[in-house]
Amino acid sequence: MKKLKILTNGILKENPTFVLVLGMCPTLGVTTSAFNGLGMGVATMFVLVLSNMLISMLKNFIPDRVRIPAFIVVIATFVSIVDLLIKGYLPSLGDSLGLFIPLIVVNCIVLGRAEAFASKNGVFDSILDGIGMGVGFTLSLTLIGAVREILGSGAIFGHAFLPASTNILVFVLAPGAFIVLGLLMALIRHIQQPK
Amino acid sequence: MEYILMLIACVFVNNIILSQFLGICPFLGVSNKLGTALGMGVAVIFVMTLATLVTSLIHVYVLVPMGLEFLQTIAFILIIAALVQMVEIILKKSSPSLYQALGIFLPLITTNCAVLGVAIGVTQKFDITAGSYILDSVIYTVCSAIGFAVAICIFAGLREQLELVKVPKAMKGVPIALITAGILAMAFMGFANLVPAK
Repeated sequence: MKKLKILTNGILKENPTFVLVLGMCPTLGVTTSAFNGLGMGVATMFVLVLSNMLISMLKNFIPDRVRIPAFIVVIATFVSIVDLLIKGYLPSLGDSLGLFIPLIVVNCIVLGRAEAFASKNGVFDSILDGIGMGVGFTLSLTLIGAVREILGSGAIFGHAFLPASTNILVFVLAPGAFIVLGLLMALIRHIQQPK
Repeated sequence: MEYILMLIACVFVNNIILSQFLGICPFLGVSNKLGTALGMGVAVIFVMTLATLVTSLIHVYVLVPMGLEFLQTIAFILIIAALVQMVEIILKKSSPSLYQALGIFLPLITTNCAVLGVAIGVTQKFDITAGSYILDSVIYTVCSAIGFAVAICIFAGLREQLELVKVPKAMKGVPIALITAGILAMAFMGFANLVPAK
C-alpha cells in the first residue's frame, strides 16, 4: 500500500508540472506537439529513474558537503547517455527537442527528487518515486502538447483531423505555451479545490 | 553594425525567455518585485558572460582537439557550478556591498538553465573554425543576458500591478503569471521582422 502511494504521489498529489511547478523550461519549450511532449517526458523519466536509483545506492558513500556536485555528475552522465541514444536512434525527435535534451541536467525535478527523496530512501522506493514523478511529468507534457497541437495545427500525434482554416497559429508559437499552461494549471487547481 | 543587430535580435526578436524558453524558473520565481528582478538580471548578465567565456575556451582548446565533444554536458555544468561558487567566494571577500546585492541570487543561477543553455547553444550556433568564435560567443551571450534582464524587469513591473487586481481563486499566483507572460510574449512577437534574416 505504501509502495503504491510512493508511485502515485508523483502522478497526482505532487505532480511536478501542475502542482510543484518544477521543470518549466522543457514544459514550455518542447510541447509544440503531443509526440514531442511524450518524447521529452520519457527522456526525463529515464534520467530520473536511473539517477534516483544510483544516488540511493551511493547515498552512504557521498560526503554530505559535496553531495550536490556529486548528484549533478551522476545526472549529467545519464543525460549524456540519453542525448547520444536519441541522436542515434531518433534523429528527428532529437532535432525537435534540440537544446532541451542536454538541459535535462538543470531540470529542477531531477535534482529535486535526488535531494528530497533518493538521498534519504532505499533503492526500490527511489526507483518507484522516479517512475511516479516521471509518469506525472510525461502525462503533463503530453497533455499540454496535445492541447497545443489540437488548437494550433488541428492534429493529434501528427494525425490531422481538422481543416487547416481552423488552426490558431499562436498556440504552436511561444505565447501559446504560456497561455495553455496557465489555463490548464488553473483548471487543475479548480478541480482539486475542496468544495 | 553586426553586433548592434545581434543585440536587437537577442533582446527583442529571439528573447531568451519569451521565445526560447530558457530560464523560466527564475523568471517565475523572483519576479515578484522590481528590485529583486533587477538584481537577478544583473547577476545573470555577470555570471552568464563569465560562464560562456570559460566554457567556450574549454570547448575550443580542450574538448574539440581531444575529440571529447560527448562530454560537453558534464564538463559545462561542472564548470558553471564551480564558477558560481568561485564568484560567490571572491565577491564575499573583495566586494561585500556587491555581494550583499547579488549574493542571494548566485546559488539560484547554477540551476538556471539559461546559463547552460546559452553555453551549449553557442557551440551549435557559431562556427568553431572561424577566428572570431570566442568573441562572437561572448557578445551573443551578453546580448542574450541583457534580453533576460529586460524581460524579467518588464514582467516584474506587470506582476506588481497584478497584485492589486482581483483574480479568480484558481488563477491566483502562477497561472495568472503564466498568462500574463503569454501576452507579453505576444507583444514581443511584434518585433519579429525587425531584424532582416541573414
